[in-house]
Amino acid sequence: MSALLWALIALPLGAGAALLLSGRRWNALAPGLGLAAAAGTFGLAVASAVFRPEASAPLFAGVRAGLRVDGLSAVLVVAVAAVTTAVLVASPGELGPRENRGRFFGLMLLFAGAMTVTVTATTLPPLLMAWEVMGATSWALIGFWWHRPDRVRAADTAFVTTRAADLGLYLAAGAAMAGGVGSLDLTALTGAQGGWRHVACAGLVVAALGKSAQLPFSFWLSHAMRGPGPVSALLHSATMVAAGAYLLLRLHPLLVATGWAAPLVAWTGGVTALALGVVAVAQRALKQLLAASTSSQVGFMVLAAGVGDPSGGTLQLLAHAAAKSALFLAAGAWLTSLGTEQLPALRGAVRRHPLLGAGFVAGALALAGLPPLSLWVAKDEVLAAARAQSPGLYALGLAAAAVAAGYSVKALWYVTRPLPHDHDHDHDHGQEQDGGRRGARGPTRSVSTPVVVLAAAAVFLGVAALPGLSGPLRGVLGGGQQHAPNPWEMALSAAVALAAAGAAWWWLPRSAHAPRTASAGKRWAADWLSMERAARAVLVRPAFALARALAAFDDRAVDGAVHHLARGGLTLARGAARADDHGLDGAVRAVAAGCRRLGAWARRPQTGLLHQYYAQAVVGFTLLLSIVLLVR
Amino acid sequence: MLTLVTFLPLLACVGLALAPRSVPDRVCARVWAGTAAADLALVVGLWVGFDPHGGMQYQQNHPWIPAAGVGYHVGVDGLSLPLVAMTCLLFLATALYSLRETRRVRSYVCLFLFLQTVSVGLFVALDLILFFVFFDLSLVGMFFVIAGWGHGGRARAAALTFFLYTFTGSLALLLGFIGLSLAATPHTFDLLELVRGNPLAGQGLYAGLVLLALGVGLAVKTPTVPFHTWLPPAHTEAPAAGSAILAGVLLKMGAYGFVRIAMPLLPGSWRRYALVFVIVGTVSVVYGALVALAQTDFKRMIAYTSVTHMGYILLAVGAAGVLAGTDAQARSLAVTGAVVQMVSHGLLTGALFLLTGVLHDRGGTYAMDAYSGLSSHAPRFAAATGVAAFAGLGIPGFSGFIAEFQILTGSLASQAVATTCALTGLLITAALFLRALRHMFLGPSRLPAAAPATGFRDLVPSEAAATVPLLGAALVIGVAPRFLLDVVEPASRTVTQLVAR
Repeated sequence: MSALLWALIALPLGAGAALLLSGRRWNALAPGLGLAAAAGTFGLAVASAVFRPEASAPLFAGVRAGLRVDGLSAVLVVAVAAVTTAVLVASPGELGPRENRGRFFGLMLLFAGAMTVTVTATTLPPLLMAWEVMGATSWALIGFWWHRPDRVRAADTAFVTTRAADLGLYLAAGAAMAGGVGSLDLTALTGAQGGWRHVACAGLVVAALGKSAQLPFSFWLSHAMRGPGPVSALLHSATMVAAGAYLLLRLHPLLVATGWAAPLVAWTGGVTALALGVVAVAQRALKQLLAASTSSQVGFMVLAAGVGDPSGGTLQLLAHAAAKSALFLAAGAWLTSLGTEQLPALRGAVRRHPLLGAGFVAGALALAGLPPLSLWVAKDEVLAAARAQSPGLYALGLAAAAVAAGYSVKALWYVTRPLPHDHDHDHDHGQEQDGGRRGARGPTRSVSTPVVVLAAAAVFLGVAALPGLSGPLRGVLGGGQQHAPNPWEMALSAAVALAAAGAAWWWLPRSAHAPRTASAGKRWAADWLSMERAARAVLVRPAFALARALAAFDDRAVDGAVHHLARGGLTLARGAARADDHGLDGAVRAVAAGCRRLGAWARRPQTGLLHQYYAQAVVGFTLLLSIVLLVR
Repeated sequence: MLTLVTFLPLLACVGLALAPRSVPDRVCARVWAGTAAADLALVVGLWVGFDPHGGMQYQQNHPWIPAAGVGYHVGVDGLSLPLVAMTCLLFLATALYSLRETRRVRSYVCLFLFLQTVSVGLFVALDLILFFVFFDLSLVGMFFVIAGWGHGGRARAAALTFFLYTFTGSLALLLGFIGLSLAATPHTFDLLELVRGNPLAGQGLYAGLVLLALGVGLAVKTPTVPFHTWLPPAHTEAPAAGSAILAGVLLKMGAYGFVRIAMPLLPGSWRRYALVFVIVGTVSVVYGALVALAQTDFKRMIAYTSVTHMGYILLAVGAAGVLAGTDAQARSLAVTGAVVQMVSHGLLTGALFLLTGVLHDRGGTYAMDAYSGLSSHAPRFAAATGVAAFAGLGIPGFSGFIAEFQILTGSLASQAVATTCALTGLLITAALFLRALRHMFLGPSRLPAAAPATGFRDLVPSEAAATVPLLGAALVIGVAPRFLLDVVEPASRTVTQLVAR
């Protein structure tokens, strides 16, 4: 069976790498090949979901790279493959024949393959590897149109932010090793000893929150929008952002074991759901609205992980993946055909392309959490689990659900307006604002079909989880507490969603014509709570300042010290040379001169005159005699 | 066999030096490439016949200066074999890259052949004096490469700085070696005998001073903060091939010295002063990364990332010396990571420096702000540099991750604070490589004024043949590391046991 699992990850990764390397060489064939690989992966994923294969290979000493398809990951691998296939069907519409399609389809497959490894990994190393490869491919995809510096900058921000959070995974791996979990097995982390369990858990939580764009990391998602539409559709639905929530759902036992992590995760998810929902309401660009809503909706999954409701969280993940990929594909198609994503300029977009529009409307209604669509069902389940933990969490979730209805209806209201008479003017205006890549092409059937299919899934997925029909799903996901929502809860949430949607619908036409004076709070929300500005001010700028200071220090002080030392050596050498010349050599010369003088003195008595010699002898004897007399 | 691997390049060097003047330059370059390929083939043969659990193999031991206990003793084990293989691969890549060299080709080729013998000889040496001789000769060879083929007026100053600084370090090393030998009875410089005898066990201050001498000598060559300042000017002024060898092979001599000599020969002092190495390593990681972030010169930036990458090695070997709070698995993981990091850094930084050579060849400058949007001129060059940059920042799937993951995972247990600080190096490295890619390769197209009117030529086949296999090897290690780890792990277990005794 393990061959099946290896094939499941080798097919997208291998095909992706091959397409990536081929570049433009097979440009005409790339979409077909990419789609074939994605479809093949989907087939393998279904087979894996049925047969539940398991595989592992030795990686490091005592650490294996383990992969397994269990209940939770079975659902995920199928979802990933399905969304990837649908998105790749839609991609040729946006990636024209003149684009580097080999690179695009190759990266998409690599990205999806990395997500597949992430969800099937049972030990930390393969999880971390796939997790970071996903980040790197997302960088390449967000910055796919690299001629534009702003897009590349956006890709950099996304990658650096998520990598900052990824460091948590490295920390978790080290902590697991230190805590005696030498196998680095995810399920064994609960058994890590001492404080290491807390460290490992903290690392994993940070990594997951970062990848899932939860507070305070959410801002990178706003930048991730700069990529092509299909990239957003894939990145914001079943992959990347879902990975963090999935990891937390999977690690619930560890979260509970630490005591503090489960409530922290739950509240972070709840607060993100509400706060980013408000951010979404404040956006004026469709893709930005959808991006903020992704953070908000993933917040419900994180909330589910915190309160221990894997089935609710997974259902939320699936329903959101379907709805959001449909919405992003439609938004991308409009951006391509209309050249804008500004909501006021998108008036009547639904009416231009009825099939695509229908898909968008269905997806948006599902996103609003309106009954009886899938996200309503999923949210109810999560909320029921939250209520079992804390009424505060429940209220938070309910408020977030109301906000979700608000932003979905905002998007819906604009795109369903009657076609404006002066739409040419709006059109140009929009182009100026976002400088979108405009093509004369309208959205083709290749985009409409997957949008409709995905939207249909978003509408009907909820059936699988309705009380009474949810048996099979729970069976697949296995165990966990049952948090079937009460009828009154469902009624309450339905009422809240409908009321919020109605209020938004009533209020929007009144606000749309109001003068555009945004309050400070509104500007703050529109700026994604100024998270990025804060991160830049608190982390990035000080880091750069420190780097420059250290570089100067390195040049002046460290290198300077070495050169001073060298110069000091030279000075010393010159001093020694001088000492040598004047000192040593001088001394030697002085000795020589002294000797010469002694010699000169010694020569003086030798005059050759006898009487002087006698005189000298007399003086000598007298001296000798006096010495003898004195000494005695 | 090992002697043949070691001295084959020197034979070719002598042959070329004696060959008549009429031998054209192109033949010289091809002789080099052929010799390097033959040497690599021999090393592959060694690897195939190598038994990972067999300890030291292919040994040859002949007396050299018997009165002083000096011998010609060579052999390879799991620590040195991967480095020998990496060295030969990197020299082959450099040879291919240098097929386009036009300046005084014969002496250039001879110098590199000489350097290859010296480098391989150092990694297989099992005698301290033999090690020292190769260690010093490598400085001589590199001095002439930088001074003779560098980028201009400042090359000679940089070469002189490089030589004097590292030579000072090697003198400290010699002092340490003599200290080691004097403690042994009978006096010997044989590495294996010294390991067996452990002559400095229990000699507190004396052993500490010997470790200090060895540590300073190796730290200068590695290099670590604060002994690293010779590195950036040497790299900036050296020709691309020289930089690749300097960073890829010569830096490893210092790091290799720690695991080959300092750890097994001075286990007691190593354990006692392990914290010093941990701190120096961590400071090198963070400081090197931050200073690299502030650079505006692409080659200088890569030079500083070398300090970061070498810092991880020091962190790992330091952590492996701390027994408290850790188990053998973690320590051996750290040492394995350190060895893999040496191989990985050799491959990746070698490739990066060769690619910066291409950059300088086309645009005449390393300044990052002189370029923009190079991807549209040279897509293959951009792709290769992009892959090398991502591999350098430790993205999984390449060898850097295999190394850094093991180092960090193995070191956290005993050195939680230091390792957590070192983690930030991963983030800063990511930021600086992405920034470099964005400035130079992406965005609107702009070339420096010095670039020829014909534009920026993409990688030519010989350049691609030099760089792509290095990246390919890093990829293979990153995806299927077992073939390498099977060789390294038994040896690193041995080292950790030796340190723990």
